[in-house]
Amino acid sequence: MAFGPHLLLATLEGLVTAAVLALTALGLSLVFGVMRIVNVAHGEFFMLGAVLAWAVATTLGAHPAIGFVAALVVAPLVVGAIALLSERLVLRRLNYDPEATIVATIGLLYIIQQLALSLYGPEARPVTPPFNYRVLLPWFGYSGYKLSIIAASGLLLVATWLVLTRTKIGLVMRATQYDREMAQAFAIPVERVYAGVFALGAMLAAFAAVLIVPISQAHYLMGQDPLLLSFIVVIIGGLGSLRGTVLAALIIGLSDGIVSMFFSPTLAKLIATLVVAMVLVFRPQGLFGTVAR
Amino acid sequence: MTEASTARIYGLHIAVVAVLFALNFLLPDYHHGLFARILVLATFAMGYNLLFGYAGLLSLGHAMFFAAGLYGSGLAITNLGFGVVAAFIAGLGCGALLSLIVGLLALRTSGVAFMIVTMMFAQAVLLTIVYFNQWTGGDQGLVLQQASRILTVGGASFDLTAPAVRYLAALALFAIVLFLTLAIVRSRFGRVLVAIRENEERTRMLGYDTFANKLAAVVLSGVFCAAAGAAYALLFGYVGSNFASVQYSILPLLWVLAGGAATTLGPVIGTLFIYYVTDIASSYTSAWLLIVGVALILLVLFAPKGILGAVRKRWIGWLP
Repeated sequence: MAFGPHLLLATLEGLVTAAVLALTALGLSLVFGVMRIVNVAHGEFFMLGAVLAWAVATTLGAHPAIGFVAALVVAPLVVGAIALLSERLVLRRLNYDPEATIVATIGLLYIIQQLALSLYGPEARPVTPPFNYRVLLPWFGYSGYKLSIIAASGLLLVATWLVLTRTKIGLVMRATQYDREMAQAFAIPVERVYAGVFALGAMLAAFAAVLIVPISQAHYLMGQDPLLLSFIVVIIGGLGSLRGTVLAALIIGLSDGIVSMFFSPTLAKLIATLVVAMVLVFRPQGLFGTVAR
Repeated sequence: MTEASTARIYGLHIAVVAVLFALNFLLPDYHHGLFARILVLATFAMGYNLLFGYAGLLSLGHAMFFAAGLYGSGLAITNLGFGVVAAFIAGLGCGALLSLIVGLLALRTSGVAFMIVTMMFAQAVLLTIVYFNQWTGGDQGLVLQQASRILTVGGASFDLTAPAVRYLAALALFAIVLFLTLAIVRSRFGRVLVAIRENEERTRMLGYDTFANKLAAVVLSGVFCAAAGAAYALLFGYVGSNFASVQYSILPLLWVLAGGAATTLGPVIGTLFIYYVTDIASSYTSAWLLIVGVALILLVLFAPKGILGAVRKRWIGWLP
């Protein structure tokens, strides 16, 4: 294959990564932006989404498309419920203290990971894609399902943006983010907003995982990479900024796709990690963010 | 601080070391080996405690300092043919250098950003170890041969693979770091660190250079952790990349939280407690990570001050 088509293929792969990453990172970013806490267990919500997708698809055993659609609805709801429960039982009692919540979410990470290992097992299991259609380009055929991931993620991103900027729910969320105490003074139920945002963040991660599981596989350790990449995206995009998050996801996804096609993946990860650490050290507000209040 | 309480404090610490020395002759084989390991890991926890407990800086990347000592001494032996003492010093040097660089960069941030930056640096160290697997052995790690682990002082030589020698060497390191920590936290410098933890702005306003003090704390903490890592390589003869993974950044936090942050004896109590809990639990179930997770959440919810923190608050106010 010539260089041009090769690059096109790498770009398409990068776009798929970016689409999934944007959704996952958006969840992390919302939680950080509104609640001012870092959820280390975010990657495990992603993993739970994938594992549940497999569970739903195999239990139903019907046509792959039906199983997939069911998973797309059920998995995020279950993960959201789990997130809600852990928010009620743990995070709220800690009064959202940043350091205590980090320790607590690390605990949550271990618990979820171990439960997944014990109940689901160490195997990586695939989910059948809902449809097999190859888009024939002049140089190579490309999976139509992968293209639909990009579309689905784009739709959900736009929907989230509309909710945040055009609805009352979004207004309440932004008010809480802007000034928690003032919001409370204006009778906004801050605790319910926090619970909702935490669940929403987890659901976004779970949704992204259901989208990706037909082309990767469900595995109990699959939450680690998305967590690290989401951190990178959220930091580069500026903590709590939606536009920055999406833009950074595009940059990271594309460069990840392209770099790892031409260089060693370990080296790529190493460089990315160091670059992000430096961004955080020298530009803590992120490349696109404004100064945090 | 009165003369009497100084005597009491030193008396207590000497008694703890004496008890641990006596255990060398009393413990059955299995627990004897476990204790040697726990003493080295407790040294790691004490290094972590200096930064987290006293200076109030929560790092999520201390595995990199442990790994710096581990690989610094391990690679010096396998690739450069260093002796035990030289390798140990090489490990300390690597820890000091790494902690100086990380401190200079990471201390520009604070709070949550500091945690993430330290985690990222630790991840970069882990990836570096994996990337240079030609020398470091990657995931497999390196095994140090018995012949390279014989300490020669003057005319006498000690085989660090012998259980009693290993235990006493671990205890010696533990005791040195314990008394260094005690001296540090009772010194002027230690009090400045506590002041920074309680209110950094006010400390700066009083004329203290908070950055320099925090940097000194990071380097000291890094060197203690590197000493533990170097000792681990020399005493147990295994150098592996899993000691650089996130898990080994979380474990010292867990040990310190369990024992009591900002107490000199908390780290060893916490390490003992958690190590035995997981050891006993893992004979019933393989799900020991679950226990670590539950322990973390329960600690942070119900005992944020840890075992010794609670003891100090309730009964023995003079505990350092």
